Amino acid sequence: MSWLNEFVRPKIRALVGKKDVPDNLWHKCPACEQMLFHRELSDNLHVCHACGHHLRLAAKERMGFLFDGGEFTRVEFQSVTPDPLKFRDSKRYTDRLKDAQSKSGEKEAIVVGHGTIGGQGAVIAAFDFGFMGGSMGQAVGEGLLAAAREAVTRNAALIAIPASGGARMQEGMLSLIQMPRTVLAVEQVREAGLPYIVILTDPTTGGVSASFAMLGDIQIAEPGATIGFAGKRVIKDTIREELPEGFQTAESLREHGMVDMVVPRGEMQATIARVLNLLREGRGASVETPIALAAPDAASGMAPDSAHGD
Amino acid sequence: MPHFLDFEKPLAALEGQIEELRRLSDNGDLNIAEEVGKLEDKVDRQLRQTYGKLSAWQKVQVARHPARPKCGDYVSGLITEFVPLAGDRLYAEDNALVAGMGRYHGRPVIVLGQEKGNDTESRIHHNFGMARPEGYRKAQRLMDLANRFDLPILSFVDTSGAYPGVGAEERGQSEAIARAIQASLGLQVPFVSVIIGEGGSGGAVAIATANTVLMMEHAVYSVISPEGCASILWRDGARAQDAAEALKITAQDLAELKLIDGIVAEPLGGAHREPDVAVGAVDAALNEALRAMDGMDGPALQAQRREKFLNLGSAGLA
Repeated sequence: MSWLNEFVRPKIRALVGKKDVPDNLWHKCPACEQMLFHRELSDNLHVCHACGHHLRLAAKERMGFLFDGGEFTRVEFQSVTPDPLKFRDSKRYTDRLKDAQSKSGEKEAIVVGHGTIGGQGAVIAAFDFGFMGGSMGQAVGEGLLAAAREAVTRNAALIAIPASGGARMQEGMLSLIQMPRTVLAVEQVREAGLPYIVILTDPTTGGVSASFAMLGDIQIAEPGATIGFAGKRVIKDTIREELPEGFQTAESLREHGMVDMVVPRGEMQATIARVLNLLREGRGASVETPIALAAPDAASGMAPDSAHGD
Repeated sequence: MPHFLDFEKPLAALEGQIEELRRLSDNGDLNIAEEVGKLEDKVDRQLRQTYGKLSAWQKVQVARHPARPKCGDYVSGLITEFVPLAGDRLYAEDNALVAGMGRYHGRPVIVLGQEKGNDTESRIHHNFGMARPEGYRKAQRLMDLANRFDLPILSFVDTSGAYPGVGAEERGQSEAIARAIQASLGLQVPFVSVIIGEGGSGGAVAIATANTVLMMEHAVYSVISPEGCASILWRDGARAQDAAEALKITAQDLAELKLIDGIVAEPLGGAHREPDVAVGAVDAALNEALRAMDGMDGPALQAQRREKFLNLGSAGLA
């Protein structure tokens, strides 16, 4: 690069390149490149109105549209992550953490809150992908355990919303060990007889997908989300073949029986509310008397199931 | 022809000289005992020096040494009446994950482990120790069996990771690993794991969520391979040495972080030099670990394992 390039290009860029302008006003859809006005995008729960692509979303915004009336109380947990390995790559881990904190306004890659959904008590533990790729270290593990404890104490459902590349390498084995720890969080909720629902969002991979994120009583995924264990590049390098179309997408996981349903963001709250109400009422629900039973009729009701095919 | 690692080259030269001398003495009646003795002392000194201060990256190479004893060596050396058990009852048998039952010092046990193989044919047969979901589901099946018949579980961990393939992903690699961890935490029997070579990430944890986790002196246990970490964080796979140091993956580092329960000493120069000695050392450590749990009932064993993993990896959180 010559001195001319260095000298002139930034100025030209300042004139020409700034077209995709203040990122707080306009967003470009990463899928269809449509320019999206911030307020419209926000009203549409960060789903592109041109192509339906689900953009990544901060944890607190998710809570805002999932909890009834957008109301929730944050659950605090031990979130000051130490740097036990004194990890340093091109940057110090502690500096990366500080950057992530000031950029996101969150202390860690997970936010925990409690409130109600469809009138049912619920605790949400949601990841912020923007915070170091949503990576799971000690504090994130702590957040999930705190969420589980809160759910058990409040007799509420636990809803985990991962958005994570996997374990946080900068914490080495201390991050890997969060896999069994977060599974224990799930076990506490299960053993208390409470529902545990997972909403898989883009992306959910690595150690996060291979622990608490795959153990939901109900597994829901957002459209188009990448969900898998190994990264696509690693798989490609291993098998030296092109990957099938739609590989590791929410839709393909549903096809392969790995998730119950793929639910657009706009229907998520209603879906969770319905599922929670169904699971929690159980046999205690008030039962309406069916018309057929109200007027007994030998020909209907308890007839042998000869009509059932298989 | 023994395989020498790069940093073992001075050893290779010395041992070459010894070989040479021996061959010469076979031809004539040269008295070489003194000379060979000297050289052997040198080899010994060299080994002590090199192996006394292996770097993390050197340990990675030792852990991956082709002649290092594998899961199968421990099974044949320590388990009698071994009955291999195959299949996950859902889809397939996975030869990367060896499973079965047998006797360990007379007591019936369930055995799990990744087998890397020791020649081209067996490496391919065992998929280089990289298990697919079927392997982890077979492990779950055997954990259930262990629980129902009150059999302790021994696992020999040696994998670069779970297999990253299209089919493995489509059949739920993540779910299979997650459920294996869940099954491990639900066990009411003694569970001892030994990381005998490479403990590669989630694929290793899946069969290492044990009451007692031991590591061989030169084994490594890591959240990601040093190469993978280097290519992500340094954007340069060649910085694997730096990544290996930074990740703290050696038995010594992990014992200091209290993430493992003990280190099994290896013979001088690494397990690959004297596999039988390595198997014997693992035997002593396994036996001690199992005996320590002899008086514990099922709920106590489960509680101990759960407490341990709850408290692990929260050290220093403020």
